[in-house]
Amino acid sequence: MNRRESLRTIGLGTLATGLLLDASCKTDTKKQGEVTTPQETAAADPARTPYELEREKKLNAEKFFNEHEIKTITVLVDIIIPKDDKSGSASDAKVPDFIEFIVKDMPEHQTPLRGGLRWLDLQCLNRYNNTFREASDQQQIDLVTLIAYPKKATPDMAQGVSFFNRMRDLTATGFFSSQMGMKDIGYVGNAPNKWEGVPADVLKAHGFDTVWG
Amino acid sequence: MSDLQIKKSSTTYDAVIVGSGAGGGMAGYVLAHAGLKVLMLEAGPFFDPQKNSAQLKFSWESPRRGASTDSRNFGDFDAAFGGWSLEGEPYTTKDNTEFQWFRSRMLGGRTNHWGRISLRMGPHDFQPKDGLTEKWPITYDDMKPFYDKVDRLIGVFGTVEGLENEPDGIFLPPPKPRLNELYIKAGAKKAGVTVIAGRGSVLTEALPGNKDRGACFFCGQCNRSCKIYGDFSSSSCLVIPAMKTGNLKVISNAMVREVLTDKEGAATGVSYISKDDMQEYQVNGKIVILGASACESARLLLNSKSAAHPGGLANSSGIVGKYLHDSTGSGASGWLPQLMDRKRYNEDGVGSVHIYSPWWLDNKKLDFPRGYHIEYGGGLHMPGYGFGGGIQHMNGAVAGRDGKMKEAGGFGAGLKDDYRRFYGVNIGMAGRGTAIAREDNYCEIDPDVVDKFGIPVLRFHYKWAPDEVKQAKHMQDTFQEIMHHMGAIADAPAGKDTSYGLEAPGVIIHEVGTVRMGDDPKKSALNKYCQAHDCNNLFVVDAAPFVQQGDKNATWTILALSMRTAEYILSQRKKLNV
Repeated sequence: MNRRESLRTIGLGTLATGLLLDASCKTDTKKQGEVTTPQETAAADPARTPYELEREKKLNAEKFFNEHEIKTITVLVDIIIPKDDKSGSASDAKVPDFIEFIVKDMPEHQTPLRGGLRWLDLQCLNRYNNTFREASDQQQIDLVTLIAYPKKATPDMAQGVSFFNRMRDLTATGFFSSQMGMKDIGYVGNAPNKWEGVPADVLKAHGFDTVWG
Repeated sequence: MSDLQIKKSSTTYDAVIVGSGAGGGMAGYVLAHAGLKVLMLEAGPFFDPQKNSAQLKFSWESPRRGASTDSRNFGDFDAAFGGWSLEGEPYTTKDNTEFQWFRSRMLGGRTNHWGRISLRMGPHDFQPKDGLTEKWPITYDDMKPFYDKVDRLIGVFGTVEGLENEPDGIFLPPPKPRLNELYIKAGAKKAGVTVIAGRGSVLTEALPGNKDRGACFFCGQCNRSCKIYGDFSSSSCLVIPAMKTGNLKVISNAMVREVLTDKEGAATGVSYISKDDMQEYQVNGKIVILGASACESARLLLNSKSAAHPGGLANSSGIVGKYLHDSTGSGASGWLPQLMDRKRYNEDGVGSVHIYSPWWLDNKKLDFPRGYHIEYGGGLHMPGYGFGGGIQHMNGAVAGRDGKMKEAGGFGAGLKDDYRRFYGVNIGMAGRGTAIAREDNYCEIDPDVVDKFGIPVLRFHYKWAPDEVKQAKHMQDTFQEIMHHMGAIADAPAGKDTSYGLEAPGVIIHEVGTVRMGDDPKKSALNKYCQAHDCNNLFVVDAAPFVQQGDKNATWTILALSMRTAEYILSQRKKLNV
């Protein structure tokens, strides 16, 4: 079976495969997105076991963060990854929903996040007489600045630094693994192609003579 | 009165095969194509990559963005059903030793998700000259014709290199290196480390003569199993084609309890419990072939006690379960500042290795025996769970776009831009080395523990020796040297406190050696055709017969050995010996 026939078997149309398999393989993320959208609905996903489908259902029915916590998370993730001229903010990419899910799926995140959020609120109540999310934009940034730079942070901020490292990691993962984030970062794979090695202009830019170095 | 009874089949198959992975799959394929009526029992569900693979899903199609779970230890899209622990199927360890046992319960077993790294063992792996371990009862020359046939039947990419102990095969063209791999090649060369094209069972071109399998379209997701059968899984390449002959029947969800024998000690079939109806069954075969995995086959034999085989089947030598060994493994990671702000393009490649380092040194000058190979990673891969993690360890180490150093960590637009700048700069290195087969590393039946089916479970006793720790130290030193020469910033290397990153026994999932072959029935359980010394219609075709592994991943040798055994069975049937 050649490559073109192969792709037809998995339901990729002639037009799409023709385009995608041409040697230069110009990448068009939108088209690739369409091509690879799964046909199956999640409920009947043949790649999942009954145990997994059941677990997903159970996790989705649970709620971990309360209203105040999830609103605070929303403020934080947008401070970490704001909207810019290339893409939307973390909350535009539904990062808070991802964080809500992942703490249920990975309970080891629960106490550090819940406790960290409360730590943050206490810092703000003591300084500004307001919780973090009710503090002014400038106050929020001032406080985040105290915990966002591990090497510069003062020892009394250590717990906040740990919390913020975790929030930063979860925000980055949630954002860049979303459709919006992948487009932003420029991931153009997960699409049928013919790998012919590093493109000539890239080889040249990095000082390599041939595709084999 | 209980409903529980044992349902005995009246059919007698020419062969009953336990397990559907590389070994069981190959034996089933050869025997079914030769016209034998074959029954294959698989402890997990039916699995067809064409229908059941999560190939081409994006990270966001997983609520956990592809992260691993207790049921998917290698990520949410990985093909393996099973993992380090199975509900209701425990295993134990002894004397505070350690062993991790990965089990895939599914048609095709662990071949659905493996790395497709397909290396032949070499002449010195079969016949080691240092006297440290037993020689195999066969040589590379005995195995070569079968490796050749496996290459042609299944397909493997690579390059002809002429290296003495890294025998060449019949190769499809290898995938070309990714950008990070070009840097690795250059750095390794300066460090005196050989780097050659990878060798993997992925169809980089259509496989000549095969109409059922598609050519690879380079999504890099072999671990999810391939919907077009573009890589090797036993399910797609062996068992499903064998079923199409009409001669192979698969019973899935059939957990085999023991091998049945008659008064004379000959195998007559197996008993199993069906996970579908929880009923007990017995099936009959003129031959019984075990391909349940090295440890599971040992467990089956040890649990198959009878008057004729009081110490367990094929175990008059007492050797079954002993000489268990898994590859050593130690890794390192780092990143390349030269790859910052790199141009984007589809660099998924294949889901096996594009390049690797075969063992390149002379042991006479080293303080440990045998050697290891190095697998390399990195590239513009799909962002998933964990992406961007620990940026505070990276973005303070290099100048920003404005040429000024940045404070590590941060938030906001500048941080968002850093993630873009650092995308695709990571590199990984993993050493996989020869562990020595030792009598005191073993699995045995735990006298106190049964699984939920009432089957006595395995208890492991495995300790690394100084040889393996020294090997891991050498790996770490080599990784640092390569990274230094390629201008990489290395993450903190694993030191003495962790035995130089040496993974616990079992973690590399190359465990072999538990029912070893040999010419002497007192020192081995199987003859050189993987036929039990004590029971001539019983064969073992997984990694259990290995006398001593090399640093090579076991699958290609399992396939070649199983094919050899299956052909031997056919030749013996003609002579009416079995």
